[in-house]
Amino acid sequence: MTAPQQTPEDLTYRFNHRHLLGIEGLSPDEITYLLDLADTYVEQNRRPDKKSDLLRGRTIINLFFETSTRTSSSFELAGKRLGGDTMNMSVASSAVKKGETLIDTAMTLNAMHPDVLIVRHADSGAVKLLSEKVNCSVINAGDGTHEHPTQALLDALTIRRRKGRIHRLTVAICGDILHSRVARSNIHLLNTMGSRIRVVAPPTLLPTDIDRFGVEVFNNIEEGIKDCDIVMMLRLQNERMQGMFVPSIREYFRYFGLTSEKLTAAKSDALVMHPGPMNRGVEIDSDLADDLDRSVIREQVEMGVAVRMACLDALTRDTVVNTP
Amino acid sequence: MTSPRIAYLNARLLDPASGLDTHGALLIEDGKIADLGADLFKDGAPSVSKVVDCGGLCLAPGLIDGRVQLREPGEEHKETIETASRAAAAGGVTTMVALPNTTPVIDDVSVVEFMHRHAKEAGAVKVRCYGSVTRGTKGEQLTEMGLLAEAGAVAFTDGTRAVANTMVMRRALSYARGFGLMIAQHPEDPQLANGGVMNEGEIASRLGLGGIPAEAEIIMVERDLRLAELTGGRYHAAHISTRGAMEALRRAKTKGLEVSCDTAPHYFALNESAVGEYRTFAKVSPPLRSEDDRKAVVEGLADGTIDMIASDHTPSDQDSKRLPFSQAEYGVVGLETLLTLTLEPFHNGALTLLEALAKVTANPARVLRLDAGQLKRGAPADLVLFNPNTPWRIEEDAFHSKSKNTPFDGRPVQGRVIETIVNGRSIFRLEAA
Repeated sequence: MTAPQQTPEDLTYRFNHRHLLGIEGLSPDEITYLLDLADTYVEQNRRPDKKSDLLRGRTIINLFFETSTRTSSSFELAGKRLGGDTMNMSVASSAVKKGETLIDTAMTLNAMHPDVLIVRHADSGAVKLLSEKVNCSVINAGDGTHEHPTQALLDALTIRRRKGRIHRLTVAICGDILHSRVARSNIHLLNTMGSRIRVVAPPTLLPTDIDRFGVEVFNNIEEGIKDCDIVMMLRLQNERMQGMFVPSIREYFRYFGLTSEKLTAAKSDALVMHPGPMNRGVEIDSDLADDLDRSVIREQVEMGVAVRMACLDALTRDTVVNTP
Repeated sequence: MTSPRIAYLNARLLDPASGLDTHGALLIEDGKIADLGADLFKDGAPSVSKVVDCGGLCLAPGLIDGRVQLREPGEEHKETIETASRAAAAGGVTTMVALPNTTPVIDDVSVVEFMHRHAKEAGAVKVRCYGSVTRGTKGEQLTEMGLLAEAGAVAFTDGTRAVANTMVMRRALSYARGFGLMIAQHPEDPQLANGGVMNEGEIASRLGLGGIPAEAEIIMVERDLRLAELTGGRYHAAHISTRGAMEALRRAKTKGLEVSCDTAPHYFALNESAVGEYRTFAKVSPPLRSEDDRKAVVEGLADGTIDMIASDHTPSDQDSKRLPFSQAEYGVVGLETLLTLTLEPFHNGALTLLEALAKVTANPARVLRLDAGQLKRGAPADLVLFNPNTPWRIEEDAFHSKSKNTPFDGRPVQGRVIETIVNGRSIFRLEAA
């Protein structure tokens, strides 16, 4: 599946969207194209000279209404490696005036003629709203509990490079599905590509009607990860462990935390993934997280930069002036 | 000073209260209905100062909109009594009943008097108001219901907020009963609805939006009905949106409790899929529900469980709606589309024309005890002349309301207001297109 010798120019352009707001609605061909493109950037990122000038002269703005270190630095690096000018804006969000800040900030930034806006916001749908008000491409870097498309793409790339495919795999997504945009984007992507998905969580952390997303639902982790190819763990936010959704960290780890012992239920070559940042000892055992035979958590971070380069490339292609 | 005598001839007279549906004429004198019927003026031209040939169109009592947010005082950038009045007139509404969620809240006699005085200055449509059940709609201390009623408050509600505390609700129903007054509830359990912004279900889960389960409404209605039975108080459940609440109300009515309820057009004309991709104009409270709930609302209208249709007119300016879905204000404007949307269940065969009209005329008059909503001799000449069949498209740009937040923009509808008359005076006439 992977094509390490290829360069971005070898691939036929197959991504006809102005924005990347979510995985839902993308075709298998479009997803495959983004992953193929990302593969070429994995190679570029492993060379001593990691920089190209594909996005020379282009302005990319990271607009984060929610704090983030890894996603924003991953996007920043992706833009820089493609030779673009990247700028980071962290907008502290006051509870009341958030919305006004959103539209006002969008209009202000739009006036600076950016080529791509990368936006994260605490409210579902906020990135789509913003995309309707600006003239440039918008990449959703996570909106509320809705979608986080580049995370799903980097997970898919990680899986594809390890397993050689992303169809006909059994993938268990475990943990706080209710509040997870990562889970939603991954469900859409893996469903589109033809894998089987299981979600594993206590009922209080499952969205209503999740079974209608085309997933199997489990409330027991050993049953849920049985014979799986991939076990994806999700982060459980601190404020949700104090009795509102689950009674305690201790009880959560006991029944839903992943340990080497529980992992024996999965296939012997099953991979363990986590979008980070991890809560060691809450959703995943610390030793297991560091076990390089099973855990691909660090690889996910590497793939993240490549996938984001691919997304920036794909969204700016139609406006690129090709030099002879 | 004698008002002119005006004759409306060649009309289809429709009066849901008496079941009248006949071709005939109606005579207005001194702002009141002096006479009406099939035989009126049969023997020759009447001697009046003005004759209006209705061309066979429907002449019915003017609409009573039992739930309207006027936004005045306090939020005049969204609506004023005057702009709401113009919207009402264009919608065939001759009486608006204002919710107390203004700033200040209508929890004091002085605010009731302010409303009445301003309504009089604005002219046109009649304005009545609810008083709040609790001071500041905070859900704690009861208002002076007796004094407020004496000043003109027609019933009591905390408007867009539920009276959540069970003991407070019990005392409100109980105390109001002493004056024969009604408590209207926004039936939604605030704790169960907490964090929700649309109907709970697959669509909310896909959009990543917090869900409000139907049970938030059902639980509150069931609790309140128990309290109504316990206290013997008069209870009204506002904007019913779920099958479960409908069933509870149906049982209570069969039992003989003095309860009533209304719904708003969006609960029978739309379902949760109208939210689409975060359309804030489809964000209402209670939320648009499932298709099964929508059907239950139509059934409730047809079998009479739902007494009345009120628009729940809630004007919001751009700044309150052009926001991420979870931050946007709840509500839609509805005065100008009340009649045409009320006619939808008639055109769809669920209601007869008289049954549909009863939900916006005779029934709200009965529930809210208003001297309006009937064609009878001596009653105020508050009338609407309309063509039930005219096809047209709702256009928010054509609204008279200061706010344009409608989920129905562009919707093809049937039935249009031609003229609106209050106290015998024409306050709106549709300009020929």
